[in-house]
Amino acid sequence: MNADLSRRLLRDMIRIRAVEEGIVTRYSQQKMRCPVHLSVGQEGPSVAVGAVLRPTDLAVSGHRAHAHYLAKGGDLPAMIAEIYGKATGCCSGKGGSMHLVDERVGFMGSTAIVGGTVPVGVGLALAKSLGAGDDIVCIFIGDAVLETGVFYESASFAVLRQLPVLFLCENNLYSVYSPLSVRQPEGRSLAGVAAGIGLGTSSGNGNDVAEAYDLIAAAVAKIRSGGGPQFVELATYRWREHCGPLFDNDIGYRTVEEFEDWKARDPIAAFTARLFAVKTIDDKWLAAEGAAIDGEIEAAFRFAEQSPFPEPSERFSDLYAA
Amino acid sequence: MSKMTFAAAIRDGLAVALDRDPKVLVYGLGVPDPKGVFGTTMGLQQQFGSRRVFDMPTSENAMTGIGVGAALGGMRPVLTHQRLDFALLSLDQIVNNAAKWRFMFGGKRGVPITIRMIIGRGWGQGPTHSQSLQAWFAHIPGLKVVMPTTPEDAKGLLLSSIFDEDPVIYLEHRWLHNLEGEVPPGDHRIPIGSARTLRSGGDATVVAMSLMSIEALHAADHLALQGVHCDLIDLRTVRPIDWPSIEASVRRTGRLLVVDTGYQTGGIAGEIVARIAGSCWKDLRAAPQRLAMPDVPEATSQALTEAYHVRAEHIARAIGQLVEKPVEFASLAAERRHPHDVPGDWFKGPF
Repeated sequence: MNADLSRRLLRDMIRIRAVEEGIVTRYSQQKMRCPVHLSVGQEGPSVAVGAVLRPTDLAVSGHRAHAHYLAKGGDLPAMIAEIYGKATGCCSGKGGSMHLVDERVGFMGSTAIVGGTVPVGVGLALAKSLGAGDDIVCIFIGDAVLETGVFYESASFAVLRQLPVLFLCENNLYSVYSPLSVRQPEGRSLAGVAAGIGLGTSSGNGNDVAEAYDLIAAAVAKIRSGGGPQFVELATYRWREHCGPLFDNDIGYRTVEEFEDWKARDPIAAFTARLFAVKTIDDKWLAAEGAAIDGEIEAAFRFAEQSPFPEPSERFSDLYAA
Repeated sequence: MSKMTFAAAIRDGLAVALDRDPKVLVYGLGVPDPKGVFGTTMGLQQQFGSRRVFDMPTSENAMTGIGVGAALGGMRPVLTHQRLDFALLSLDQIVNNAAKWRFMFGGKRGVPITIRMIIGRGWGQGPTHSQSLQAWFAHIPGLKVVMPTTPEDAKGLLLSSIFDEDPVIYLEHRWLHNLEGEVPPGDHRIPIGSARTLRSGGDATVVAMSLMSIEALHAADHLALQGVHCDLIDLRTVRPIDWPSIEASVRRTGRLLVVDTGYQTGGIAGEIVARIAGSCWKDLRAAPQRLAMPDVPEATSQALTEAYHVRAEHIARAIGQLVEKPVEFASLAAERRHPHDVPGDWFKGPF
């Protein structure tokens, strides 16, 4: 992996975490009045996908989509403004944190119903397949999506038609507070299930961003060359509570030991240490990038705070074409 | 103009759309099969190719979401269900995605998908092949819902639905498929949201949709011979409803009967009665009435459906009560030449 790409991956992870932590520090102000599902701890898969995909490739996602949107190149001030419910938000205040969109960079939408955008992504791929070119569609899913019927229906059709789809599965072990052990039989691998449908599969450590990048790049290359839809399962872990800015290791659904074990495998700390060791980065680079990111994020929150709310009459707009 | 059946008019509309715009896709379970969804898709795959006209897996929910995605990707998909009841498997994609997409993303992009659902009745269709759930879909902001009655409207509303920029639920009654009428050639469109006055008369306003408009037509013509003249308004669209047409009529007649193909409770007829009671209160000369399906599922046995369906004689009786005149209606039933559970001699089953 070349130095520029390494630095990009690290920078993108640091940026996404800083955005999420920026939400954390301000959330109690009651100005962001919508549920937020933060991606702290699981930045690796997102930035790896973001570095592999082109702007003309498309992506859809679910409720925990901040990292996906930002990694695909989504507009940061428009995302923050959306969470603040402002007219300048990416959905003009109609969507909030769980509905992000930036069509300029191919981020076609994230929605709140688990599995809900899976067929939409396959349909976007069907439309792509009827045209020319080798663009693909990335469908961001979590482990719980493999418990929805619509995933099986959609994946099966993608295989049937050999559509250009990447199913990017971040397995963070929990559906809200319910562990995989109450949702899947013991010993079943999600990638194994996907293989049974006929998807090409690979799996690896999502907290190792270089490994994630290599797996995703290989899968996307297969899709572009007509190899059919691929499923990449990446193990990762959500640090903060399912929904909201806090930690929830005290409520009893997971152990502090498990959390600390995953935290010790922080994708950012690990990659930072690796790039330091090979002298791809130094303290000066980190400080400069950190300062630039902090400045960008401050500006985004300032933009959101200073933006106007939508006019009350806008509650009726955008229902049908004008 | 040429004379054709309601089913042939749908096929004609699909062919016109496919021919006019390469972005139009037509798919659904059985679309290219030998029966061609009661003839409505017959030969389209041969004519337009399997990339644009295709069969699908028995995966209603995903195939609806795939249509939503294809629509977001620039296509104009037309998805067909052999019965409305199967489309219930796809409510998540219809309600949470198709209907919401434009709104929840701040108007970035709409979902120009048309979803055809066929309503069954009689001849053993039973509890899950006969539901007329237009009220469910009409309840959802973001959807449009059309229910054509005549062959001309079947074609014209289908073309308007396909080329509409928003999702349209297109409800067609199985008992109308063999109805014949004059249909204009080419890209003939009937605007969504506009009712049609099938009969004019000053004694009462009868509002109906789909098959019930045909039953109401028989009733209105029968009563006209007895000196009772009705405005008969065929809704054609149940979301958005053409309120100006209904209100203008009720302001003249002062009496309203709404006849619905769906269940009574929570239905379109109730919605119209409520709205008109509010907007035309001072013009009303009698309490507005409705006739709808009883609040029980349709049973399978013909012994249990005879008294279940609303027919012309029931509508004639209700109009007589509304205008407070003695009217003869029994002959409407007596003169019917085919069994009660089929639309005509052409229907021999099985569905």
